[in-house]
Amino acid sequence: MDLRFTDAEIAFRQEVRDFIARELPAETRDRMIAGRSPTKAQVVEWQRKLNARGWAAPEWPKEAGGPGWTLAQRYIFREELQQAPAPSPLGFNINMCGPVIIEFGTEEQKKRFLPRMLNLDDWWCQGFSEPGAGSDLASLKTRAVKDGDHWIINGQKTWTTLAQHADWIFVLARTDVAAKKQEGISFILVDMKTPGITVRPIITIEGGHEVNEVFFDDVKVPLENLVGQENRGWDCAKFLLGNERFGQARVGASRERIRRLKIIAQESMDGGQPLMEDPDFRRKVTEIEVELKALEMTVMRVIATETKRKDKKPDPATSVLKIKGTEIQQMCSELLMKAAGPYAWADGDPDEQGGSNDVDVAPDWAFGLAGVYFNWRKQSIYGGSNEIQRNIMAKAFLGL
Amino acid sequence: MDFDLTEEQRLLQDSLARLLGDKYGFEQRKGFMKAPEGWSREIWAQFAELGLLGLPFAEDEGGFGGGPVETLLVAEQLGRAITLEPWLTTVVIGGGFLRHGASAALRAELVPQVAAGELLLAFAQVERQSRYDLFDVTTTAKQDGSGWVISGRKGYVVHGDSADTLIVTARTAGGQRDKQGVGVFLVDAKDPGVQRRGYRTVDGQRAAEIEFSGARATAVLGNPEDGLPLVDQVVDEAIAALAGEAVGAMQVAHDMTIDYMKTRQQFGRPIASFQALQHRAADMLVALEQARSMSYYAAISAEERNPVERRKAMAAVKVQIGRSQRFVGQQSIQLHGGIAMTVEYACGHYFKRLTVNDAMFGDADHYVRFLADTGGLVAA
Repeated sequence: MDLRFTDAEIAFRQEVRDFIARELPAETRDRMIAGRSPTKAQVVEWQRKLNARGWAAPEWPKEAGGPGWTLAQRYIFREELQQAPAPSPLGFNINMCGPVIIEFGTEEQKKRFLPRMLNLDDWWCQGFSEPGAGSDLASLKTRAVKDGDHWIINGQKTWTTLAQHADWIFVLARTDVAAKKQEGISFILVDMKTPGITVRPIITIEGGHEVNEVFFDDVKVPLENLVGQENRGWDCAKFLLGNERFGQARVGASRERIRRLKIIAQESMDGGQPLMEDPDFRRKVTEIEVELKALEMTVMRVIATETKRKDKKPDPATSVLKIKGTEIQQMCSELLMKAAGPYAWADGDPDEQGGSNDVDVAPDWAFGLAGVYFNWRKQSIYGGSNEIQRNIMAKAFLGL
Repeated sequence: MDFDLTEEQRLLQDSLARLLGDKYGFEQRKGFMKAPEGWSREIWAQFAELGLLGLPFAEDEGGFGGGPVETLLVAEQLGRAITLEPWLTTVVIGGGFLRHGASAALRAELVPQVAAGELLLAFAQVERQSRYDLFDVTTTAKQDGSGWVISGRKGYVVHGDSADTLIVTARTAGGQRDKQGVGVFLVDAKDPGVQRRGYRTVDGQRAAEIEFSGARATAVLGNPEDGLPLVDQVVDEAIAALAGEAVGAMQVAHDMTIDYMKTRQQFGRPIASFQALQHRAADMLVALEQARSMSYYAAISAEERNPVERRKAMAAVKVQIGRSQRFVGQQSIQLHGGIAMTVEYACGHYFKRLTVNDAMFGDADHYVRFLADTGGLVAA
């Protein structure tokens, strides 16, 4: 048993850290430190810098344009991005649709889509959830009907994150209504410029515009945009959902938030002294740090076992990482908000242009922290709600 | 990064698991508890045969050269059987003091006796006012000729009633809560100046209240003027072992709960079919797996050379595992229902041991405070 990183891995971490220090624009970094999402332009700019370095898709194999890294290198790379903080490679491209095309797609699809995904020439979004299909995804109703050399798609997707930026959407659509619910679904790629697609924003409780409804009204899509076999789209969906095995732990991101929290709690005064001097507050922070350390070790364990696994089945340990990772991130966002005290309450729309503290109503370090707290409640809901994760654990680990 | 065990480590784990599987069932344990000493000399002899008692000592001193990983593996197995024998006090704590604090000559004399199972050690540290502060010591050590004489009262000396030699913290200088001036001394348990009152603890172990009145020390371990760093180091190694023990006990309590949920029928179906209970069981598993991760962190950190970093790491271990074992212990009783409240059923005994394990050398609350006051784990 040796839980340390090798010298080569430590050197790799330094290489990544140096690259980020050199290449990451200060504006992007500052925006992320403040708890706000990077803008579209910032994400694209950063993705292209990573692509130029050959680092755009940490998990992809070399032949698909990835760097061919070990699991430990991928973990180190993502952890360094998170704690910088720098934007991660765009998940829809790199961790969702890309791997599905690599696994199930034709050579033609790989040539056509993968290079543009890497360079973020195309921004992808995910057309999975529907108003009637959330945790029970397989009950989706969007239809794709064959008509000559096209699919005709009708239906509605929802919670479509950043569809307002997207050039393409990957859609789960029902192609056989007679089959059992998982068996009549297909995975289809759709150009967002196709006539009949309407994107309508959903504004979330903090005032931000991240998610959307996407309507399909007789949308004509060439047959060749089907990925994998007709009616076997559920295989792609399961592969996609199980593919990201330790991504949801986000240890580096939480470490960055705790660092930020400690800085803010030095600025924020409480009882005539910095909040960080308050023993009760300090203990709350410590409890999170301890749980994060345990999570970090759990991630290491998953990486070590994954390295030796041959099959591609989803690992139920992923559920532990998701539950703990999101709980920790949510606790961080809550303590950050609390640290700001009354100055957390200015209603700063975190994604609106100019939704900054230009009006100077709060210290810069406090502005918008409540928005992040409200927004981050999503973490225990998306990606398979934490209750669904518990169902998975009960079935897979406990045999209940 | 590699979590695999070596061939020797797997052999050690398997042979201990086999021994405990054969000889340390719940009913057999009840029998050991009724023995005069409250544990089994026969099992102890078999521990010696397996090499458990010489585990942490260097091979050229009569030991097996085991490190923190071996200690963790053994502790986890012993935790699975909630064993009663004085392994932690004699081998981990006593052995730790000998390895880090004894002269080569003293080690040459005592290590082979410990390894052979002929010498039992106990750590007399707790005092009425000290709670979990290792430096809070009123027991005194006074120089008398070439030696030291110990006076004072120690409580909750685990296995202090059967120990042959007591390892005692005593003040050589300074006031009650000074960090300087604490020494560590060996005292023969049969010294006329030692009075012991043995008793059973709630987790089925044995302990003693011990009065020292001018008892003569047979040896000094480390620097008598500044023994606290030695005590800290040994206690940190004990915390790493306690972490393994807790994980073993939690695993069994959890397994027992899952098995019971599958067999217990109510409303015409197994209670395992109820989602509220499934989710609780899933949460127990999250707590257990996080604790297991932390026990590995404890094993790495036991060898940390910087004592400040080592103490902080062990504080984090105590906090996480303390929280986990409280949750797993309480919920294993809850999910069983009434049956687990009975003394005949094993689950309650695991719960009691987990509860005491959390408090040994300081509970989670104690270490949250310590860690919070020393800057936490993440630098600002």
